[in-house]
Amino acid sequence: MNWKLVFQIAVTHLFTKKRQSLVAMLGVTFGISMFIIMISFMTGVNQFLEDMAMDNTPHVRLYKPIEIHDRKIIAESNKDAKNWFVVTHQKPKNELPRIKNGFRIMQQIEAMPEVLGVAPQVATQVFFNNGPVQIPGNIAGVDVKKQAALFGLDKKMDFGDVYDLMKGSDVVIMGKGLAAKMGVKLGSRISITTPSGNNLSLKVVGIFSFGIATYDESRCYATIPTVQKILQKDPSYVTDLNIKLHDINNAVPFRLKLESIYKEVYFEDWEKANAGILAGDKIRNILTAVVCATLLTVAGFGIYNIMNMNIINKMKDIAILKATGFQGRDITGIFLMQSLMIGIAGGILGIGIGFFFSYLLSITPFPEATFFRIKTFPVNFLPIHYIAGLLFGFITTLFAGYFPSRRAAKIDPVQIIRG
Amino acid sequence: MSTTVLRAQNIIKYFTEPEKFQVLKGVEFEVMKGEFLSIIGKSGCGKSTLLYILSTMDTDYEGLLDIRGERLTGKTQNELAAFRNEHLGFVFQFHYLLPEFSALRNVMLPALKLGKYAPQEIEERAMDKLRLVDMHSFALKFASKLSGGQQQRVAIARALINDPDVIMCDEPTGNLDKANSQKVYEIFRRLTRENGQTIIAVTHDPDFANGCDRIIEMEDGKIVNASHTK
Ligand SMILES: Nc1ncnc2c1ncn2[C@@H]1O[C@H](COP(=O)(O)OP(=O)(O)OP(=O)(O)O)[C@@H](O)[C@H]1O
Ligand SMILES: [Mg+2]
Repeated sequence: MNWKLVFQIAVTHLFTKKRQSLVAMLGVTFGISMFIIMISFMTGVNQFLEDMAMDNTPHVRLYKPIEIHDRKIIAESNKDAKNWFVVTHQKPKNELPRIKNGFRIMQQIEAMPEVLGVAPQVATQVFFNNGPVQIPGNIAGVDVKKQAALFGLDKKMDFGDVYDLMKGSDVVIMGKGLAAKMGVKLGSRISITTPSGNNLSLKVVGIFSFGIATYDESRCYATIPTVQKILQKDPSYVTDLNIKLHDINNAVPFRLKLESIYKEVYFEDWEKANAGILAGDKIRNILTAVVCATLLTVAGFGIYNIMNMNIINKMKDIAILKATGFQGRDITGIFLMQSLMIGIAGGILGIGIGFFFSYLLSITPFPEATFFRIKTFPVNFLPIHYIAGLLFGFITTLFAGYFPSRRAAKIDPVQIIRG
Repeated sequence: MSTTVLRAQNIIKYFTEPEKFQVLKGVEFEVMKGEFLSIIGKSGCGKSTLLYILSTMDTDYEGLLDIRGERLTGKTQNELAAFRNEHLGFVFQFHYLLPEFSALRNVMLPALKLGKYAPQEIEERAMDKLRLVDMHSFALKFASKLSGGQQQRVAIARALINDPDVIMCDEPTGNLDKANSQKVYEIFRRLTRENGQTIIAVTHDPDFANGCDRIIEMEDGKIVNASHTK
């Protein structure tokens, strides 16, 4: 087959029907540019929400829940008795959420090759006393350096410096929402009541915000020794180990591995902790796929229609070409090539326009910036999306052009020429 | 010296629309190499129908067709297209050119398809053919912008481009004035004499027919008279 000749004829056809070709091309352009904008924005949102959540979410969390044991002390101390013991409304033992040998386990886990780092935490619930009003919340004692390195705490500061926590005792940093509720500013002193009823006074050296209400409206961070002191516990007291892995997708198998090693404690992986976010991701992905598929299908039908019309208009030409010796596959080639040129030109223009609008969106200020830690709309610029856009355009037009082109090849020249 | 270049044996053709009726009722004849043959007959007697069959475009017939000693009956559409491209020239009753292409390009296309010569050479040859029909000054004009007679002459040039053995024409001078008809006649005459090409022309023009080597007269789907002129 003489590709060059087929190409020349296809180009001539396209350029003599400029407006028709343009309309067909713009259909593809619209589909592809919408695809680029949608997918860039949707994946940007996914990424942003994931990052926001994942920043503070350990990939695997190790903790000790308070639970009711099935062992009944009264039964164990009367082993010989043949009596029934009925215990109504059993209470848990006065047991602490302490991880036994917490710091040693931390060192062991940190030594594992999958692990990026382990941040220890001593968390407790407290009341923040705002005059006569008590606001429930919690204080987490953290290793400041690790918390900054693994969970980006230093980047969440609105006021003050997270490392100021290490400079004094009895100092905390406070969530933005909680600070607002308490009317607290940098340097203010607050009064708290611990679960065991002690009252303490702490100084606020920083205010942070994650953009997540549950953190921002109820949490304070302090150093581990400070919280241990608040709780009147010894320096080995630790309640959580927050583990970050090199590969987030490895969380579930790694949790299973840890569970087989450490029987005394409990593990939770991020997928379980963030099922809601993952579901949101999925829904957005499906939405993106559906909208893009619809747009491309519509563009495809547009091309299909225009190619069909084109072929009906060109019946005589097809008959002449066949009469003078062009074969079925030459004819298919001529029309398929027109459709592909429409697809490729439309696709290239589409990713250009898509990029332009994605860029505009990415520099548009985000209206809720006061709540979320975000200045502009989250937009991803991934080459793979642009390649996929081009490829989709190509495949759609290939399909849309193929059937009309086959039909063109089957036209019987005598019937046309006979009139 | 004379070899048979085309042989038609017992060609029968039916049309089924609107009702079944027989257009060709056993047409049988041979054409020699270098012969200038014309087919005449009343309007509607089946001349064009016969010519479409001879040109291999219509394959829905009974009987046998051989051209250049090759049995064409039963070949596939693609094989026939390739055969037409190389060995047959065709001028339709209604001058059909591709309107989006220039006259020159229209003439070049079958040669580009054949690919026997380089595009540059094809262009020169196409110019020569256009000069032959006195259309070279319109070479770059779009086919859609030419008059009927001009288009017909371009179509003749296109039929000649691949130097086919057989050229079939359906009323090649139908749209031409006396002077141009005469010119086309002379071109055909020369092609048969000098190049040994064969011309089969359907015509209503008695002068044109009388200048041919042989006239086949058709009536109601049959050959009623085949006579050598002079
Ligand atoms: N596609 C068709 N379907 C049905 N009948 C047809 C068809 N084409 C032609 N006919 C009929 O076949 C007969 C022969 O037609 P044909 O075109 O061969 O005539 P012709 O001899 O070329 O006439 P003219 O000199 O007017 O061109 C006519 O009666 C015509 O009506
Ligand atoms: Mg006719």
